[in-house]
Amino acid sequence: MDRTAFASQAGARSWVIPFLLLLMVPASPDSYAKDTPKIENIIDEPAGNRGGIELGIKEYEETAKKRPVDKSVTKLGEKEEDKSTTDHSKLEELKGPFSSGPEVTKACLKCHNKAGHQFIKNKHWTWKYHNPKTGQDLGKSVLVNNFCTNAAGNEGMCGQCHAGFGLKDSRTYDFSNEENIDCLVCHDSTGTYYKLPPTRGNKACAVLFEGKPAIDWVKVAQSVKLPGRNNCGACHFYGGGGDNVKHGDLSSALFKPTRDIDVHMAEDGENFSCIICHVGEGHQWSGSRYAPIAKDTTKGKPGLPRQTATCESCHGQQPHPTTLMGIKLNDHTDRVACETCHIPEFAKGGVATKVHWDWRTMGRLKNGEGFREEGYIQGNGEPRHTYKSIKGSFKYAEHVKPIYRWFNGTEIYTTVHDKFDPSKPVEINHLEGGPNDPDSRIWPFKKMVTIQPYDKGNNTLVYMHLWGDDKDALWGNYKFDRAIAHGMKDFNLPYSGEYGFVETWSYWPIVHMVAPKKDALACQECHAREGRLKALSGFYMPGRDHNEWVDRLGILIVLATLLGVLGHGFLRIILSASRRKS
Amino acid sequence: MSLYKVKVFSRFERFWHWTQALLIITLLFSGFAIHGFYHPMSFEKLVWIHIIAALSLITLWIFAIFWHLTTGNWRHYLPTTKGLWKVARYYAWGIFRGEEHPYKKRFWHKHNPLQALSYLGLKMGLFPVLWITGLAYLSYGFWSQGPLTASSLQWVAVIHTLFAFFMAAFIIIHVYLLTTGHSFKEHVMPMITGYDEVDLTDAERSYLEQDEPGRIIE
Repeated sequence: MDRTAFASQAGARSWVIPFLLLLMVPASPDSYAKDTPKIENIIDEPAGNRGGIELGIKEYEETAKKRPVDKSVTKLGEKEEDKSTTDHSKLEELKGPFSSGPEVTKACLKCHNKAGHQFIKNKHWTWKYHNPKTGQDLGKSVLVNNFCTNAAGNEGMCGQCHAGFGLKDSRTYDFSNEENIDCLVCHDSTGTYYKLPPTRGNKACAVLFEGKPAIDWVKVAQSVKLPGRNNCGACHFYGGGGDNVKHGDLSSALFKPTRDIDVHMAEDGENFSCIICHVGEGHQWSGSRYAPIAKDTTKGKPGLPRQTATCESCHGQQPHPTTLMGIKLNDHTDRVACETCHIPEFAKGGVATKVHWDWRTMGRLKNGEGFREEGYIQGNGEPRHTYKSIKGSFKYAEHVKPIYRWFNGTEIYTTVHDKFDPSKPVEINHLEGGPNDPDSRIWPFKKMVTIQPYDKGNNTLVYMHLWGDDKDALWGNYKFDRAIAHGMKDFNLPYSGEYGFVETWSYWPIVHMVAPKKDALACQECHAREGRLKALSGFYMPGRDHNEWVDRLGILIVLATLLGVLGHGFLRIILSASRRKS
Repeated sequence: MSLYKVKVFSRFERFWHWTQALLIITLLFSGFAIHGFYHPMSFEKLVWIHIIAALSLITLWIFAIFWHLTTGNWRHYLPTTKGLWKVARYYAWGIFRGEEHPYKKRFWHKHNPLQALSYLGLKMGLFPVLWITGLAYLSYGFWSQGPLTASSLQWVAVIHTLFAFFMAAFIIIHVYLLTTGHSFKEHVMPMITGYDEVDLTDAERSYLEQDEPGRIIE
């Protein structure tokens, strides 16, 4: 076959598949479509016309890549000079030689002899969170999300972002072995350290492990510093399977952002690292997504250390100047989160976020092999995958307006144990709060909409066995029934044997990518009949709300008065004219 | 008793009247824009204008109340039924037949009974309701702590809006009534120059001629 013929054939085929996919997506019912975020810049053009097609599985390749190191501020007041009392490159203990991560960790723990005890209690290690308010057991180790769905049972892949070495199976992993803590993933400052999935998965995934340079353990160990944006970002910017997929406000654009993207992290501005806000002591950090502080009323005094990541912990309760409008704006802080006005849009800086995921189209193959289609070119010119055999079809958006919800910090998760009504969309994390709850404020969220498999017999979400070198792993075998049956059996969960697809929604609080002051929302963005808060009800908001009867009565009164005086005047003129005549 | 040109509106009273008129029109214009009837400028600017105008009007009224009490001018607004029916009958009937207005301004009763009653209602009813609800609206942040917020602000807003409509209706009637005498100008000029025709008693005339000669013109 000559080259032109091949190209035209490939072109035709890649055109057909997305077209079929489009036919399969049902129209969402009006009842819940109204507050689905407006999806902008979605390219409906057939994928084959834009990007290319790749074979093989390369999830989380960014986490296994060398990346530029940022010189972000990790301690306030240390912009110019490093005031650390130790130069780790001069320490005898770090002269090596080291041949593995745990060997380095052992050296670290020799001096930092409490760090290990501290760290094994941390979420980066346990992947567990017990919410005392709701009594729910949460965390990556158990939850089902509406992206790749579950880490449970897939640790051989997901363990790539576990802050430890060799998490292949959480059921057998020794969570008390401090030598398995990965100090370097957070503290490396060379940018050469990287992590690969703990196991190799299906042979289709081999491409992910190819051509990796060896890690220079001594060099990396001697480089340790407080974490920069590149350390946290290596995992947190790629959650959900790629750049900015999950959060929408956490992307690779924050490695070296400008002020327009994020005022706090901007290299030409404050240049904050993550830990300036996510302050921590003893390897425990503030800023939980499972139990966020929706209303921070603690009155901090200057210089008082606050173990919270809220805006208020630095900016206080009355952040606006004491001018007439400043006082009015300060009036808002009890009911409106700072983020609502100060983050007008997310997925900025040229990196798109995933807003829609349809698992139903998973498993289309080319010549018996999985493939990927690049149907979306994002702002920075990079293509994004709109179809992957291992995952299904996706939609992306950039410069997204958040959706807004009353929120008091309590989220009720739909876990793998919870039954639901599959005829309605399932909220993965239901947000508690309302206008009559004094602890609630209006918060911005990214809403993720996914159509994912569930247990049709038991009406529950399911664990899928995604990763593994066996005949059940979804990634490589492309069979939902086997992957679900295997995933559920791994954790002794009931599975009816029949799966269906359910629409799921998850809400992601938008807290990063704070815009410069000049870009904060103008009042009429919300104080208008068709404003951003149109969907919220149960409270009166000037400019948005009006009592129809008062308006009708008022207009009637004014019009009647006008007609009355006009009639009176008209009569006077007529009668005075007739009097003059007579 | 005979008619004289007498200064009935002092300089402060005229300043008060016109400043108040300007502020009320500003408040109506910005208020109904905030309410969402039209969008002449940004919400922020409208709110700023509305607050500044409202606070100015209240300040003006603090002076006006002081002035009413210290000068005894409050007496002009004492309600009376004496002659009320005649005036009402005039506007409903006599005016169409070309009759003369039944009321002659008097030195201590410069408003006709219907006028005095309307102004009293305006000052004791309409204005206070607008100010109280307006101040409650403005200071909502101070009293809204707790679960009351959601519904109670609505009532404040509803009453404030309804009375704003009444205020607009008042202005329409007020301006229209300026056309009812001999001429529009004849009604407006006293509030500019201060002088109007007043039916003086002999005692009042000799008092003015002797003690306040500037206030009386032949």
